[in-house]
Amino acid sequence: MMNAAGKVRVQSMREAKIRENVAGYLFMAPALLFFFGFVIFPMGMCLYTSFFNYTMTDFSFIGFGNYAEMFGDAIFIKALTNTIIIVLVSVPFTCFFSLWAATLIYRMTNRWAGLFRCIFYLPVVTGSVAVTVVWKWIFNRYYGILNYLLVNMGLISRNLNWLGDAQYALGCIITILLTTSVGQPIVLYVSALSNVDHSLIEAAEVDGATNLQVFWRIKWPQIMPTTLYILVITTINSFQCFALIQLLTSGGPTHSTETIMYYIYYMSISGNLNRYGYGSAMGVILALIIAAFSAVQFRMARTDNG
Amino acid sequence: MENTVYSKGKAQAKKLRAQRGPEHEVGGTTPYRIVCIVVLVIIALLFTFPLYWIITGSFKTNQVNTARVPQWFPLAPTIENYQNLFTRPAMKWLGNTVVMCVSSMALTCVAGSMAGYALAKKKFHGRALFFSLFVGAMALPKQVILIPLLKEMSFLGIHNTLWAVIMPTVGWPFGVFLMKQFSESIPDALLEAAKIDGAGETRTFVEIVLPLISPGIGALAIFTFINCWNDYFLQLIMLNETAKLSISLGIAKMQGQFSNDFGLIMAGAALSSVPIIIVFILFQRFFTSGITMGAVKG
Repeated sequence: MMNAAGKVRVQSMREAKIRENVAGYLFMAPALLFFFGFVIFPMGMCLYTSFFNYTMTDFSFIGFGNYAEMFGDAIFIKALTNTIIIVLVSVPFTCFFSLWAATLIYRMTNRWAGLFRCIFYLPVVTGSVAVTVVWKWIFNRYYGILNYLLVNMGLISRNLNWLGDAQYALGCIITILLTTSVGQPIVLYVSALSNVDHSLIEAAEVDGATNLQVFWRIKWPQIMPTTLYILVITTINSFQCFALIQLLTSGGPTHSTETIMYYIYYMSISGNLNRYGYGSAMGVILALIIAAFSAVQFRMARTDNG
Repeated sequence: MENTVYSKGKAQAKKLRAQRGPEHEVGGTTPYRIVCIVVLVIIALLFTFPLYWIITGSFKTNQVNTARVPQWFPLAPTIENYQNLFTRPAMKWLGNTVVMCVSSMALTCVAGSMAGYALAKKKFHGRALFFSLFVGAMALPKQVILIPLLKEMSFLGIHNTLWAVIMPTVGWPFGVFLMKQFSESIPDALLEAAKIDGAGETRTFVEIVLPLISPGIGALAIFTFINCWNDYFLQLIMLNETAKLSISLGIAKMQGQFSNDFGLIMAGAALSSVPIIIVFILFQRFFTSGITMGAVKG
């Protein structure tokens, strides 16, 4: 009797387990279909085709040929340098500015906080195309407002060709990139700061801690996970800087605003070279660089916390 | 979280402020804070300037738009730019964009809420593996896969159709991740009770899970809609026939063609950005909570 009942229970448990598995997979099915079909598969293809000389007419295995070519390609090196400059300038600036703005915003009433968050998010929502229309005018050599203001203030003596001058073009791109990337970090920081444990702050204030001490000793460690997340997403976004360049400078003048993403696009599509394999190899390298940056940021955050 | 904060109302906000003590009083007490707020307001005004300039510029003649001395407000407003714009298939582009965004949004919400629920509450084999795959993929550059995607879409015969933009948008794992975060708050007892009452999997999902995660679905919907609207690179790669363009792509192409007609381009920019800004402002609350939830365990 006992034995039979035990068997039945084991069987029904196994059945329940199978049912749980089947249900789990059925619920997962649509997402998995799209995810594997349109994210994982192209990622795999990107890696695979990076070992081929893959053009309109040719598809032949060349091992690490594309990778070897990359490091002798002066334009690629220029693109890599520019991309890293963009990241090194825009990531710290975005993080610092959004933290500063958030410390001011989170103490406001809900209505004002909402308004400011909304305003700093505007350039993101407006979209790269519409935003660049205005920036193109701001930087215009002949009737742009930047030249108008600077000449009137006597800071420059003649109109400058901002986007057409290799000396300034990258700086202009970074400026625009900054305005389109602080929106999300501000939202995140405001929410993280409002969730900081207030009893700790009060205790510290009773003990006579200064505002600065309260910030570094109590708030900063508690918002560290948010900082880490912001660092990672801002880095990923800055590495992928493309739309602004495609719309404003096409990588020029003389490759001064060439980025890896734009060069991939040029090699594979817009330049009529159709070098898909070479483009893929650069994509793989870009992904590896981003992964390395993220790993370093994680490591830094961990030692900071410990 | 955000929702409750918003619905608290003035009285409670005041109470909260009183609790925090005078140092934290809104409006600031130190001169340092006042200086900072002034600077913040100036920067905020600069952030609103592009939008202001697009809208006012779309009502100025080209002559005014390219004058050496800027006219801060259209003194002689004209609708000529919009008349010009509508002789081009701008409305068609806008329609394409809406279809594209609504489809992406609907599919992402369905696929994301189902998978997010399964990842949070179903103990199936390989759950941990799938979850790490989803999170890992999010850390990789999305744009790198665009070239192989282009080839894949040509192979499937859907290149140059809206589907080529919709599919990769739905595949992006952020939705699954976000919905998993929201689904974790569903009490297990409730799901057990439904099971004991004899509700099947489908019924449990539709009648119990969906209502509980609806704020999350709202957040995901608005997030996907706005991102899809502005995913310029994906649209650029996938769409190239004039009748099939999205609005931002159409405006970008127009900008290349008529780079000297600033009024026309401003009108196009207004048409591409004002609808999405209205959507954003209307659903801002959901949007904010979506961004924050997505980052909690990021």
